[in-house]
Amino acid sequence: MKAIEQHEQRQFEKKTELKEVTPKKSQKNTALGEVKISSRNINFFYGDSQALFNNNLELQKGLVTAIIGPSGCGKSTHLRILNRIFELYREQRVDGEVLLDGKNILARDMDVLELRKRVGMIFQKPTPFPMSVFDNVAYGLKMHYRVGRRELGDRVEEALKGAALWDEVKDKLRKPGMALSGGQQQRLCIARAIAVEPEVLLMDEPTSAIDPVATARIEELVESFKHKYTVAIVTHNMQQAARISDITAFFYKGEIIEVGDTRAFFTNPKNKQTEDYITGRFG
Amino acid sequence: MKTKNPIGRKLLDNTVKLLSVGASFLGIFFLAWILLEVTQRGIAAINWDFFTELPAPPGEEGVGLSSAIVGTLIMTVLAVAIGVPLGILSGVYLSEVARGTRTANAIRFCINVLMGVPSIIVGLFVYTILVLPLGQFSGLAGAVSLAIIMLPVIARTTDDMLILVPNALRESALALGTPKWRVTFDIVLRAAKTGMVTGVLLAIARVSGETAPLLFTSLNSFYMPESMMGPTSNLTVTIFNYAMSPYEDWQQMAWGASLLIMISVLGVTIFARAAFKERAK
Repeated sequence: MKAIEQHEQRQFEKKTELKEVTPKKSQKNTALGEVKISSRNINFFYGDSQALFNNNLELQKGLVTAIIGPSGCGKSTHLRILNRIFELYREQRVDGEVLLDGKNILARDMDVLELRKRVGMIFQKPTPFPMSVFDNVAYGLKMHYRVGRRELGDRVEEALKGAALWDEVKDKLRKPGMALSGGQQQRLCIARAIAVEPEVLLMDEPTSAIDPVATARIEELVESFKHKYTVAIVTHNMQQAARISDITAFFYKGEIIEVGDTRAFFTNPKNKQTEDYITGRFG
Repeated sequence: MKTKNPIGRKLLDNTVKLLSVGASFLGIFFLAWILLEVTQRGIAAINWDFFTELPAPPGEEGVGLSSAIVGTLIMTVLAVAIGVPLGILSGVYLSEVARGTRTANAIRFCINVLMGVPSIIVGLFVYTILVLPLGQFSGLAGAVSLAIIMLPVIARTTDDMLILVPNALRESALALGTPKWRVTFDIVLRAAKTGMVTGVLLAIARVSGETAPLLFTSLNSFYMPESMMGPTSNLTVTIFNYAMSPYEDWQQMAWGASLLIMISVLGVTIFARAAFKERAK
């Protein structure tokens, strides 16, 4: 017990040594289970067609929230608002507000680069950058932190360990990221995301493009993220949602039908549509 | 329902296969023929003097094309220095900055038109904007005209190559909090680099054979180029002049110069391919 405390103390000191380029907003002002991200009255448009209707969803700090629902129901769309990644596309537009620790991230004066450092994202298909395994992880680190050579190495190692990839790649750090297997590539993307020390992780069907064994490893990873990061995971796989999440939200045709504690959600859904969906009657 | 006899279909299948194989071999055949012909005729002109000695009137011994080789090299390098950055930045604008906007589409159309402009017209254009005002033919004008010919080729290839880069890659880079310009230069361009290099090489290959624009801009000279502000000796115009001359030794030199251009283009292409394959490993 004492050893763990000492370890945590060391980790803490290590972190405080890091000089940040941008001042970090304190993560400690919300306790576990408090609301980390609160989306209010979200309406989303792809050109003229509306994809989300008056969404309200809260992500609780340190917990895993699964978002389920049939294809095209707006799960990913909702996720893509939370780090404003949808802004890459001109025709996409959002109404409403999203509060991250009480501050509206959709506000014009929000620093998007800082927001995306705090809210990381993992995509459906692994997307290693066209550079070495090491540089993939170091890329975001070097962008957000002033960090010396030796410390960079330590940080990269730490991130790769955090993504349960270190043992497999420690001898191929100089190999291109593309040379890894699909499941390894996805864990590389996770390492890359956690290397910049985000507070929130958005995962958009992170296991839909990889094999069952690799999927199991990523599910274990998500479990290990509990209490450390606030996680929102979109998944098509209801067993996966039941296995790894604390809270489940059911989306249908752009509306949030039901949100609740995962166990209750799957054993005793309140809504008829939710029940039909999780029992496989539609979708 | 009766089944059809498959013989007709099989016959058609084989005919199409035969025709396509035939067509590609015909292309390769002519390429091989050109290579062989130029090599056979040009090889006799290539010797040490060819690279080190200056051109001389017909009939003299120990002459070469050193001035033309140096002139062509300098003008090409200058053209690359002007044309490649401009071309890549235009391509980046089309694909990364203004994708899908009306402006981008209009500019893309203009670039296609520019690509189709005959090189002799580019030469005339540069003649009027640079040669006439400056009062003399110059290597600079030659390089500018070559750069104008390269620009659309490189812009177009960059645009085509960048559009092939999946958006998922841009998104995942942006999602790390990367500023847009660094996404473009660190990630997107790097992902497309093989195609980009091919595009640049294609452009170099294209301009290294250009004669018409140089006739109006750099002209030619028998002396070693001392500055880019005067008429500058170059290989293609030399080939043009020497091949049209009645002197056999000049004609021989023209073949030699042709061989040199051909081999350099081939060499650059093979070298770049090999180098980039090596780095991809």
